[in-house]
Amino acid sequence: MNDLIRLTMAEAKDGLHRKMFSSVELTEVYLASMERNRSINAYILETPELALERAKESDQRLAKGQARSLEGLPIAIKDLFCTSGIQTTAGSHILGEFKPPYESTVSGNLKNAGAVSLGKTNMDEFAMGSANITSYYGNVINPWKRADGKDLTPGGSSGGSAAAVAGGLAIAATGTDTGGSIRQPAAFSGVVGIKPTYGRCSRWGIVAFASSLDQAGPMTRDVRDAALMLEVMAGHDPKDSTSASLEVPSFEKALNQGVKGLRVGIPKEYRVDGMAEEIQNLWEKGAQWLKEAGAEIVEVSLPHTKYSLPTYYVLAPAEASSNLARYDGVRYGHRVSGKTLDELYENTRSEGFGAEVQRRILIGTYVLSAGFYDAYYLKAQKVRQLITQDFELAFQKVDVILTPTTPAAAFALDEKPTDPVVMYLNDVLTVSANLAGIPGISIPAGLSKQGLPLGLQLIGPAFDENILFRVGRVIEEAAAFKSFLER
Amino acid sequence: MSLDQETVKRIATLARLKLSDDRMGPMQQDLNRILHFIDQLNEVDTSSVEGMAGVNTPSMPFRKDVVNDGGYVDKILENAPEVACNMFVVPKVVE
Repeated sequence: MNDLIRLTMAEAKDGLHRKMFSSVELTEVYLASMERNRSINAYILETPELALERAKESDQRLAKGQARSLEGLPIAIKDLFCTSGIQTTAGSHILGEFKPPYESTVSGNLKNAGAVSLGKTNMDEFAMGSANITSYYGNVINPWKRADGKDLTPGGSSGGSAAAVAGGLAIAATGTDTGGSIRQPAAFSGVVGIKPTYGRCSRWGIVAFASSLDQAGPMTRDVRDAALMLEVMAGHDPKDSTSASLEVPSFEKALNQGVKGLRVGIPKEYRVDGMAEEIQNLWEKGAQWLKEAGAEIVEVSLPHTKYSLPTYYVLAPAEASSNLARYDGVRYGHRVSGKTLDELYENTRSEGFGAEVQRRILIGTYVLSAGFYDAYYLKAQKVRQLITQDFELAFQKVDVILTPTTPAAAFALDEKPTDPVVMYLNDVLTVSANLAGIPGISIPAGLSKQGLPLGLQLIGPAFDENILFRVGRVIEEAAAFKSFLER
Repeated sequence: MSLDQETVKRIATLARLKLSDDRMGPMQQDLNRILHFIDQLNEVDTSSVEGMAGVNTPSMPFRKDVVNDGGYVDKILENAPEVACNMFVVPKVVE
């Protein structure tokens, strides 16, 4: 039965349909693994009874031949997705015991496709972080270890989801990505993670961080699973006015189309300062694999790359300061009383928000305040335009762009930088795709000298996730990466 | 551009956050590091560029101006810290 834990979603789906095991059996294997691995703190809330109940229903459907596309597959939901009647914290103290009276569209889509939710995964508070160390519910520990045995970060903000998928605590998980929060933890934990095009997945019911950048996406064991799961998560939703009213294509069909004749861009500006040599080597290897599979490698220029992070650190905090104004201790969540209403607000917010969230609210408030709006916020919106245009020009020359996902492998929790700006540099290679609203995927492609997973990133034009799955599959096959569970 | 303590205090008040004296110094330092990082944007010539607020949304969709949701006061109040007579309770705001 323990072999079940290594199956991908596609393999487990096949096993369920061939009656090799039941959804209850599969779910029980995962629940036992979650219990055994509590020390990595991947979950904020486990929901074993609900999971078994759902698994039983799935088994009945499977028996009757009424299986839906993810029937009986045990997944985890990042605790940023509102789940009806189930505590949702966003990794923050300020949401208290909040139980949403509604279900997010994306988690609802997964539920309606038959997926069995095991619980809610840990994350950086309000998705603000790159190491999963800002959660009110504690740090998440990467299942991977270096030779020195130190506890490593799984990355963030979707660190709990990444650790759960890597360590066998869920067959797949949802994540969200505002500046790299799916792709960076996927790279650090040796799993696949895709941030789809802005507008591909509905944001309705996802606790908002930066509304013009946030996108949900799957974190999975391989590229096929990512295609399978994104197909279910995506789709137009009238409740999110920014969700695209486009048909969701069959992502699975794109998987085996190969890369013959495709033009793959290598952006020279992504050779950033401080990029580890092993990352540089892996990047070259990735280009070589694609060349051998029949693609043409072309150098491209994205001249405003350097300004992506500073642009992000104006726009994301600005949107966050506005989105987080709703946490006032009045309608839901944690409350600290005060003599006046203003005092109640201040007491509640000062106690309820962690340090990183407060920093970003303050930056956001400042850049939006009278007298500074043009110099910071409007300026950043203009540079965002230039960053987006860089990609538009590049995609006139190439079909897809290949880069590393992160400038280095996972770091130890006690090596975390104390300067917030140094921490922000984790997202230097991922954040541009959010600003331009285009899709990006991270694929585990090799190991560092210290034996830790490294990821390659593919970036595609808007609404062309298919190209990412197609090229991603070729990288995956060439890399023949062995996951944590296969070691 | 550097923020002095007075400005940090003013922003905190706008954001309804209270910074105790021992947190003021470190926060001021962090904010200035971030602002210094952001200042790089001044190198970019944006004189002929229009700002963009979002992506892939050329126009906002319209819908009929009709009520299509609501009628569940209980659900709305069930997470509230304090409730009375179907309303949220807050400290007195009118003298």
